[in-house]
Amino acid sequence: MGQRVAIIGAGMTKFVRRAQETGKELAWQAAKAALDSCGLTLKDIDCISMGCAPDAFDGVHMKGEYLSDGSGGWRKPYMRHFVGGGTGVFAPIHGWFHVASGVFDTCLVVCSEKMSSCHPHPQGAFKTIFDHTTEQPLNPTLIWIFALEYNRYMQTYGISKRDIALVSVKNKKNAIDHPAAHLPMEITVDDVLNSELLAWPVNRLDISPASDGAAAIVLAGERTARRLTDKPVWIEGVGWNLDTAYWATRDLAYPRYVEKAARMAYEMAGIKEPKKEIEIAEPYDPFTYKELHHMEGLLLAEKGEAPQLLVDGVTQRDGDRPICPSGGLLGVGNPISAAGLMKVIEIFLQLRGEAGKRQVPGNPTCGLAQAWGDLMQIGTVIVLKNR
Amino acid sequence: MELEKMKLGATPLKESDLKEGKVLSLAMTPDIAYAWDNGVAIGRYLEELKNGRIIARKCNKCNRIMLPPRMFCELCWRATDKWVYCKDTGTVNTFSICYINWDASRIPKGQPPHIPAVIHVDGASTFMGILHVLGEVDPDDVKIGMKVKAVWKKPEEREGSITDIMYWKPLRPAQGRKTAGRR
Repeated sequence: MGQRVAIIGAGMTKFVRRAQETGKELAWQAAKAALDSCGLTLKDIDCISMGCAPDAFDGVHMKGEYLSDGSGGWRKPYMRHFVGGGTGVFAPIHGWFHVASGVFDTCLVVCSEKMSSCHPHPQGAFKTIFDHTTEQPLNPTLIWIFALEYNRYMQTYGISKRDIALVSVKNKKNAIDHPAAHLPMEITVDDVLNSELLAWPVNRLDISPASDGAAAIVLAGERTARRLTDKPVWIEGVGWNLDTAYWATRDLAYPRYVEKAARMAYEMAGIKEPKKEIEIAEPYDPFTYKELHHMEGLLLAEKGEAPQLLVDGVTQRDGDRPICPSGGLLGVGNPISAAGLMKVIEIFLQLRGEAGKRQVPGNPTCGLAQAWGDLMQIGTVIVLKNR
Repeated sequence: MELEKMKLGATPLKESDLKEGKVLSLAMTPDIAYAWDNGVAIGRYLEELKNGRIIARKCNKCNRIMLPPRMFCELCWRATDKWVYCKDTGTVNTFSICYINWDASRIPKGQPPHIPAVIHVDGASTFMGILHVLGEVDPDDVKIGMKVKAVWKKPEEREGSITDIMYWKPLRPAQGRKTAGRR
């Protein structure tokens, strides 16, 4: 590769149920905050990597173009990325390519999402992600595939709903310390189990909220990064992998595509023992069980054993391996692409020791963020180090 | 930098802000229609559903019998070789008991929930599952690993759609044991 790449700045908006701002206004707020955080202006930026989720949410066709001015993309090399829920980590991966190649020295990565425009609920727009001929006539809701995967995961390893519900308790509590959080709450396992049953085994509090919001980071090549900050956070590994779209033919208990994405990133980052070397992680948690499913796919837990780590407190912010210290999608909120980038920002802040009340103890040096999406078939992984 | 020291954007709105006209918004309901071509593989699949049969496609290189059928093997990256009929029985790989509709509206109280399932169809290769729904079964009696059989529409009512199978029902009646419920 041409050069090492660092994250040198970050910014985001609050995540809210419905924002007065348009998607481009949110993109602008986050992008401007990210540039301000490292003392740059748009003139210093060589290219833009933009991420946003399905056009159907906004009812705006070619959303990449629509959001381009708010993202600072006009009269610049601009590229939109989209892999469903995986987008928020996919966009910085591609920003990394732009800079690592040596073609560009700086890249602004922006992710912006309005989930509130689609009525009565963005779930309706999700129907069209199912195969139009063999699945849509059955009137599926997106929650079906999560419920089906959740059930398969639970039954394969003999995991209880009670243990899985703890993810929601932990993450919503962590989010109390996140200044952008949409749904921070102090709740109990029973609150989760007694919340509205939507699609057994999925209850309402197993699901992250639909939010509006935006996030942005600034990437720079090594020389520029060292000139602009004394705390660069290096992108040491990236990986992504896509599995079959015939989702019903997959092993639903284990996300093999996440493992493949993680192995790609680990190899690039020289990580041989992820359980020891990844000190802090933000796996994607749009649903409770997904945090655990993803920890296993990321090789941070043995198959079926992530729930025990959770029960034992290992994944708490003050545990041996903090997982989703930000509060995750369950607590901070889920403006799809921006939620994934929020996770990258959390690891960036944690590795700089700038995560405020959310700061994990022990001065972590290596962390990971991961997102997941398309038709439950893509894993996107980024490994960060502060030295 | 710390998020705590930054002024974070996004102005939260309440439903009432819109209702009371404190902020303005514009609504649009698109009126668009699509007609999707069924293609070669799925076209035949649907024709056979109309005949009351489930058909798959075999790749002679990896020997997979694939459902839904496809004209090319995505793993061997070559054309598939022949049509193979499957049985209309299978095994529940996983399922859900669903109380909401596709648009997130709630199923009215007293009406039965949807029971979507991934069904591994007999005669297709291991793990060749399809999405469908279960019926004629008490939600509490559904189990992973349960054998099920397709319940077809009457021949004259079939139209060449995945819904020509109305639902799948247990191959054997429930054992009479009533569980305490799933929660």
